[in-house]
Parts: sequence; C-alpha cells; structure tokens
Amino acid sequence: MSDLLSVRNLKAGFLAGGRVLTAVDGVSFAVAPGETFALLGESGCGKSATALALLRLLPNAGRIQGGEVWLEGEEILALPEAAMRDRRGSAAAMIFQEPATSLNPVLTIGRQIGESLERHRGMKGEAARREALALLTAVGIADPERRLEEYPFQLSGGMKQRAMIAIALAGEPRLLIADEPTTALDVTIQAQILDLLARLQAERAMGMLLITHDLGVVARSAHRVGVMYAGEIVETAPRQEFFTSPRHPYTQKLFAALPDLGQRGAQLATIPGQVPGLAAMPAGCRFAPRCPVAMDRCRLESPGWTELEAGHQVRCHWVAQQLPGGEQRLPDLPAAPPTAAAAADAARENLLAVGELKVHFPIRKGLFKRTVGHVKAVDGVSLELQRGRTLALVGESGCGKTTAGKAVLRLLPASGSVRLDGRELLALPERELKPLRRRMQMVFQDPFASLNPRLTVGEIIEEGMTALRVAASRDERRAALAALLESVGLPAEALGRYPHEFSGGQRQRIAIARALAVQPELLVCDEPTSALDVSVQAQILNLLRRLQEELGLAYLFITHNFAVVEYLAHDVAVMYLGRIVEQGPVQQVLAAPCHPYTRALLSAVPEPRLAGQREMVRLPGETPSPARPPQGCHFHPRCAQASERCRQEYPAPSTQAGGVVVRCHLYPAD
Amino acid sequence: MAFLPVFLWSDLVIWLLVAALGLLAWGVARTPPLGAAWGRVLHSRTGMASLAVLALFVAVGLLDSAHYRPRLADAPQNGQGSGAGAAPAYGVEVLSLLDALLTPLRTQVEKTYSAPLATRAYAKEMQEVRQPDGSLVQQRDFPRLKFGGAHLGSEESAWAGDVARRLLQGYGLAILLWAALAIFLAGRLARRRQCSFRQSWRELWRRPPTSTAPAWDALLLTLAGLFLLLTPLLALAPEYHVLGTDKVGQDVLYQILKSIRTALVIGLVTTLVTLPVGVLLGIAAGYFRGWVDDLIQYLYTTLSSIPGVLLIAAAVLMMQVVIDTHPEWFATAAERADLRLLALCFILGMTSWTGLARLLRGETLKLSQLEYIQAAQAFGVSSWRILLRHILPNVMHIVLIALVMDFSGLVLAEAVLSYVGIGVDPTMISFGTMINNARMELAREPMVWWSLAAAFVFMFILVLAANLFADVVRDAFDPRAA
Repeated sequence: MSDLLSVRNLKAGFLAGGRVLTAVDGVSFAVAPGETFALLGESGCGKSATALALLRLLPNAGRIQGGEVWLEGEEILALPEAAMRDRRGSAAAMIFQEPATSLNPVLTIGRQIGESLERHRGMKGEAARREALALLTAVGIADPERRLEEYPFQLSGGMKQRAMIAIALAGEPRLLIADEPTTALDVTIQAQILDLLARLQAERAMGMLLITHDLGVVARSAHRVGVMYAGEIVETAPRQEFFTSPRHPYTQKLFAALPDLGQRGAQLATIPGQVPGLAAMPAGCRFAPRCPVAMDRCRLESPGWTELEAGHQVRCHWVAQQLPGGEQRLPDLPAAPPTAAAAADAARENLLAVGELKVHFPIRKGLFKRTVGHVKAVDGVSLELQRGRTLALVGESGCGKTTAGKAVLRLLPASGSVRLDGRELLALPERELKPLRRRMQMVFQDPFASLNPRLTVGEIIEEGMTALRVAASRDERRAALAALLESVGLPAEALGRYPHEFSGGQRQRIAIARALAVQPELLVCDEPTSALDVSVQAQILNLLRRLQEELGLAYLFITHNFAVVEYLAHDVAVMYLGRIVEQGPVQQVLAAPCHPYTRALLSAVPEPRLAGQREMVRLPGETPSPARPPQGCHFHPRCAQASERCRQEYPAPSTQAGGVVVRCHLYPAD
Repeated sequence: MAFLPVFLWSDLVIWLLVAALGLLAWGVARTPPLGAAWGRVLHSRTGMASLAVLALFVAVGLLDSAHYRPRLADAPQNGQGSGAGAAPAYGVEVLSLLDALLTPLRTQVEKTYSAPLATRAYAKEMQEVRQPDGSLVQQRDFPRLKFGGAHLGSEESAWAGDVARRLLQGYGLAILLWAALAIFLAGRLARRRQCSFRQSWRELWRRPPTSTAPAWDALLLTLAGLFLLLTPLLALAPEYHVLGTDKVGQDVLYQILKSIRTALVIGLVTTLVTLPVGVLLGIAAGYFRGWVDDLIQYLYTTLSSIPGVLLIAAAVLMMQVVIDTHPEWFATAAERADLRLLALCFILGMTSWTGLARLLRGETLKLSQLEYIQAAQAFGVSSWRILLRHILPNVMHIVLIALVMDFSGLVLAEAVLSYVGIGVDPTMISFGTMINNARMELAREPMVWWSLAAAFVFMFILVLAANLFADVVRDAFDPRAA
C-alpha cells in the first residue's frame, strides 16, 4: 500500500440521550507521504471529530461506529490501547487549534518536548536536551537555549504554536494532523506558521492532514482538498481543480459567499437555512434542503460518488445528471444593482469625531498598589466618521482596536476627545450621557458571550428600550420588537425563546436587533463576523449593508479581516500598537498601501484563489507589548526598511495622493 | 378545646418557607421555561429518587412543626375555684403532631440501655428471683424490659418467631401497598395518555429515549425500597424498641425522628440568613470593585480569620445570658429551646456567609467582563439592575450548590457545637446531641453502638439525598448544559 493513511468508510458519533448521534458518516480519503490533504468544512461538519477518531482520541461520549483506518499498512482501529499509544506521536502526531490551552502551564517547554522524546525515541538526559534544542531551532524559535527552560506563559501565541509543533515533531511522525493550526493566530503569524509547516513537510516528507475552515489556508497549503458537509465528504479534488472548477453546489456556494472588493455594493451569495442537526439528518442528500438545484431525487436518495476527472470526485445527483460536459456552474444570482449610497459620496457632516483618544491602563505593583507604568492600549487615535458611512479599524489582536471602540462608547475610561454630532462625550456626567447612549450602540464579537443566557430574546432586545425609555407603552414596545425581529430576519416566535436555542449567526442577528432597538445613528461593530462561518458571515454582512442603506447608519467596523473591509468599508484605518499608522479611502489603501506594516499585513492574508496571491512580505517577530512599546516608530523592530531615524522619533503624519494619511519616515511629513 | 395550639418562632419560619415554596411552584408552573427545567429534574432518575427521599424527611419535619399543648384533665374543684367557668388548664409540655403519632414510642421509656429489638436490658442488675421453693434469692441478671417485647410475657423463647412474623407481615404489607400504588399510577398514566394499561405499564419501565416523561420507574423503585424498610418498622415498633434505647431508656427511633426537624431547621434557616448577606456582598464586591470591594474583602477576611467556634461560642454565651435573665419571656421550656435554636441559626449564618461571598466575588469578576454586561452598560442600565438581571441569575447555580454543601456542613457543625456545649438547648433532641451522647457510649464495654449508627445512617441519607438532588437541579437549570 502506497498511502500513508487510508481511511475507509469511517463512521463515528457521540452518545447523547441514550443513543449515538452520528457526526462522521462514511468518510473515506487517503494521504500519501509528502502530501497535504485539506479537510475543509464549516463548524460542526465533523472535521475535528474525524481527526480525533483517526487517533482514537474521541472524548468519553464519542463512539467509533465502523470503518477502517489504515496507518502505514496497519488497521489501527483494531489495535489494543497500549499499542495505540505507541502509534500516537510517532506514526501520527497532532497539533491543536488553541496553543494557549494545549501546553501544560506548569511544565517547561523542554520538559514537554522531552516527554515525547523519551516515550517514542527513548532519549534521556543530555541527548534529549540536544534533540529538543535542534527541534526548537527547526521550528524557528530564536534563542532556543533560553526557551527550553521557559514556561508557556513566557511565550507569545505564535511561539507557543511553534513549540506545539516541536512537540509534535519530537516523535518523528510520518503523518501530521493539524486541526485548525492557525485559527487562533494573527494573519502575520498565521503566514509564518503555514510557511513553517510547508517547509517541515518538504524536509521530512511527512504526510499532512490539514483541518481548516479557511479557503485561503487551503489555497496556500493544500495539495488535495476534501469538502465536508454535515458529516460527509461531498467533493474531493486536487487543489488546481478545486479552485478553478468547483462542482458541488455547496462548494460553489462557499466560494460565492466570500466577500471581496469585486462584490462591493452587491448582495453576497448566501446559503439559505443552516446545517442540519445531528439528530435530524435529511434522508437523501444532506445538502438538499439548502441546495438551489435540488431535485426530487436528492431528497430521497443519498448520491454516490461521480468521478469527473482524475482525482476529482463529487457526490451530487445534479452534477452526475449533467455529465458529460454539461453546464455545471450554478446559475448566477441576479446581482443587486450598485446602490445609490455609493453615488452620494458628497460632503457629509461628521457624525463622530475622535481626537487624540488615549486609553492607558495603569500597572500597579507592591503593597500600596503604586502605579509603576501604563499599558498604552490606545495612544492618541484620531478618527472621523460621517453619517451613513463605514470606517473600518483594522489591526492584529492586541493593537487596541477593540479598546478604542469601547472607549468611544465610554465603556472604558479614556482621555482625549470624542464628539458625537459636535457634543463632547468624555466630559459628560453619566446622567447627561444617558440620552446620548441612544444614538450609539455596539455589536460585540462573540455572539455566545454577548447574550445573557438567562433572559429570553424578547427581554434581551427590550432591555435597551426600557433603560432608555424609547417606547413608552407596552403595546408600542411589542410592536417595535416584532418589527425589529423582522428587519433582522428572525421569526416572531423567537421572542419567547432563550439564546442557546439559536445558532451563531442567529445570535448575532439578535445582538444586532438589540442594538437597533434604540434607533442609534452610530453602530460600533466589534468583529461581528469573526466567530461565524463563511456562509453565515455573508448573511450578516448582507444584513449590515441593507440596514445601512435603509436606516442611514454609520458603522465603526472593527475587524482583522481584509475581505470584509474590502466589501463593506468606505474608509479604513490601520492600527499598530495603539496608534493609527495609515488611514484613507478603502480603495486607495488596499490597492496601493503605503506603510510597510499595511503592506505586510495585506500580503499575509491568504487569498482564497490560486491566481493573484499577493507578493509576499514576511514580517519577522511578533507585536511587542503595549506596556513597553519600542522607541521611535513602534514598527521599526519588524520593518525591513527601518532606518536610524525610525529608531529615534515617531513619524509625523504625511498626506498622500487620494487622501491617504500615513505615519512613516519613508514619506515626508506635511 | 382539647388542645391549645402553640406557634413557636421556628414553626412560623418553617410554614412561611413552605408557603413561599408553594407560591414559587405556582409561579414556575406558569412560566414555561422554568416548568421545563423542573420537568428535566423529574425526568432524571436520580432527581426523582432523591426527591422522594427528601419529601419523606420533610414530611416528618413538617409533622413535627405543628405544636400544641394538650388540655389537662380538669383539676378537681376546690373551694376557691370559680366553678364551671374556670379557664381550662393546659399541660406545660409542648407536643407536636409527630409526638401524638408516636405516642407509644414517646412514652414507653425503659430504665436504661437496651439493644435493638431486645427484650432484656443491656446491663446486669441485682434482682430478687423467687425460687420454686418460695424463697427469694438475690441474683445478678439482665432484667426484663418494661415495654420491649412485653407482650410475649414469660415466653421469651417465642421472640424469634414473633419478630420474623412481624417482619413478614411488614414485607407483605409493603408489597401490597407498593403494588396498589404502581397499578394506580399506571392506570392514571394510561387514562391521561389514552392508551391501554398494558402499554402504559410498559412505558413506565422502559421509557423511549426521546420521552420527557418524569422518571416514574425511579419513583416506584425508591418507594419500594422505602416501603420495605418502613413497613417492618411499623409492624415492630409498637412492641419493640427497633433501634434500641439510650442511657435514660428513651427509644432511639423516636429520637431520630425528632432530630430530623432540628437538622432541617438548622440547615434551612441558617441558609436563609446566609443567603442575602453572602450573595449581596459577594456580587457587589465583584461588580463595583474599587473601595466597595476593599471594604467587603476586609470585612470577610477579618471575620474568617477569627476562629469560628470562638466567635460562635461568644455569641451563644451572650445569648444564653440574655435568655436566662428573662425567664418571663417564655411560657414553656420548648419555647425557650426554640428561641435558642433560632438564635443559633442566626449566629451560624452570620459567621458562615464568607465562603459564599468569596466564591461569588470571583465568579462576578469573571462575569462582569462578559460582553452582555457591557452591552447593558452601553444602554446606560443602572448598576443595581445589572446586578439583579444579569449577574444574579448567572451565579444562581453556584449559590444552589454552595447551599447544599453548606446544608450538610451545618448539620455537622451543630453536632460539634453541641459537644462544646454551645449548640442547641440540651433538652432539644438533635443529631448533634445524639452523636455527642453516643461518644461516651462508644467507650463503654460492651459497646453501645446503636445510637451512633442510627444517627449516622439517617444523617447520611438526608445529606446524600440533598446533594444528589442539588446536582440534578443544577444540571437542569444550567442553560449552558442544556
């Protein structure tokens, strides 16, 4: 057998309420040595369960119901647990999604690597130490001697993931299973880790099973792709085929749902409905209830595999029917006409004007809690936002973009100036601020943490209305609630239900309805789609865009996702370590970025297509701590073009063509 | 009137609690989501079983919480009496409904220790035995009990047969009762679901996995167990001391049943005192931070660094002095003992809120960073409203668990305090005083084990049922688990 890993008809499920709910239903694929097979799918489709089942690491409630897993010519599902322990880590190793929780916080990195070395290669003492050093060097950790003795909390997120990879490599595995290895990381770090994985794989001729939800990561790293939907693989294809001619309606829809500049102003394609629950799988094709081309047959009978070209297979009645050579593209959606909003770009009055906003958190130490320093989370940010427009605040995690957004709403103490419609907010006492709270609201990042689980949806949405006395009578409120739910696309009976009964996208709709309940003019959206799947993200973006058109809302849109910026924003401001480094109209900034950081950030974003991958600008290192920002330009330690001057003084703003303002010594100050 | 109802303060508290629970149950039935959550509690086998056991304990406690003073037989008229219009005289002894039900147990007092089901005392005594020739001979032997097995007369050899017969009678009765109950239940279910009796019987025992019906099977099994334990007791108790007697010859079973009320009062009323203080201070400290937090932390660190027993001892002794100097406050000894019990609950509550407050402060610190709290702040919702609407309901599962853990802790604390002499009134029967007495008995040779064993077993069952029930309730109410 030439394949390193061969999975045949694997079936696994979870025990719930006395029966096993099948989460992985008849999955078959193979991984050859030196090949990367990407398992792509949205959350809950069973891709992680597949990976765990392969190594027999399913949680207690998990059950493997059938199928075969051949690893290096051996059926491992039949092995006793003791023998299985030898295979884990040496034949196949796994990297998990969250580096912060997959390392033991009370053991040094050296100990944790040593554990695997001892178990699988019998190394101890000096030999193990030398090997651990070599491994840390191999995964690109600078100063490995010191890091070996350090504890996980002393390492940054990217370094932790590198250390995780070093631990995985310690057993010299032939197969590496990477479960969303970069999802918890920033784009610049993600690019580093993906490069590292590709290099290690080439050096060691490892097979790799990459589990991801990100089409961009697939485009950058995979050789072959398998698309999972509701526990089944519905399409497998080599990367080239996958990106040039996706066949399954689900895959095509996924591509169409991705926002980008080309679709600006238009309606994004969405997949109606949601992934069926494990307990209520449709009898026929599982995608049939959401498929635009579903036929009667699809609802009755589960489709078999159709071989299209070498290595490209699809499970779909519709594709099979149109063979050979028929049109297999989904009919295009009627593109919504570019709206009038784009035309009326004429001078509008400023709704929000932020000047020199600063949020400094004191660092206290000692018996008397003396302030010994400040974390300068936001350090002099100035923004302007007009009615009906969207300003995107972009940056990596920890750059202070969320803090800035909350400071604007006065959820955090700040200094500087925030003017809403000409009225200064920061100096107002809470009593006078309260009427103004009506005019600005926030949509939070995590739809699971932003709704109180103990209140019904009706109570949640009503809260702002009662607190700010928006609708006086009970009947008025009731009518308003019904109208709100309709405007965000939820059924009216949702009012009496609890948040946990809703999916992530629906919860985000509830959060938006809650903010809209007080009829605000400004909405601060803090990464409202980052916790959502691509198809759901498209629904929320469509909703936000429609609401802006209908209600003339202004959005301060905080995000790290450039695709969303391209699609939705009018202006963009790029933040780095609490300061804005570049600011301007979205077309200018994205097409011709000036600041080296913006350029690096843009090039690090993996594009979900083959052509048009941007030229690579790799950033070394990671964002420094905002408690001790570097002297001079904050970015100079990571900048390839840094000069002596950059180390000395912080650059002044410089206005470029097209209204772009950039703070970099490469551009002469105004 | 043949009796004078007496309302002790603890009775009032208990019946108020019952009324509040009743209101709560009515409210729950009207709110569908809460009703569904309780439905999940009943759906769980553990929940149903522990609920049945707890209900039995509570029933005993409630029976013991309706007090009265019996009317004495009219005193013979003497010269100074005012004739027929004389106010009726009532006994100074305050009895409860439970006492009335247990009258034979309460009044059949032996001289001293006797083993469970014994017919003779546990210690030898000098006795005068009449010999066949008519002379009296002094002899040291185990004397016959006054009440235990008295119906056997001189035929003590019939003891084994009599006990076995009564046991069998008890089991027979248990099976009959249980079968009647099971058939009645299945019949009711059949009528409600409009299916055949056979089918409802089958579903009773083998619930389909998707069913949300209450766990009737667990209820029936628990009841079966309880019947098998209780009906033989019922058959044996009138003639024997089933769990033996203590030093002064009082029936241990009677003491156990009387102890249940004391345990419930200590557990529930103390909780009632702890709850508002601990919850309010805990979440206020966690939410407001700053000087409020400093002040509350200072308060509970200080309070918890004073040895608890010392603090309680000081408070109890002060209270005792007050009670002793005001005998005119109390009409009967029971009223005095009762006030002392309530005061003890209050003192225990005032010293034991710190743990709960600390726990809730930590949880609130975490919760107040969550986005739904910030969303409420963005609406300008007032702080107290945020505490009540957003934080309190989300820490209730912690409160519930802490309280049940405390319940067992408090029942045990009562035992410790009674040992130091600062617990409940010495005249009041409680698990604590029983265990305390048993401590000496364990040192006796031969050992007297039954008081301790009985107190231990009953306390264990009570606390275990409460713990299991709390677990199920938490699982059912935690929306994250649902």
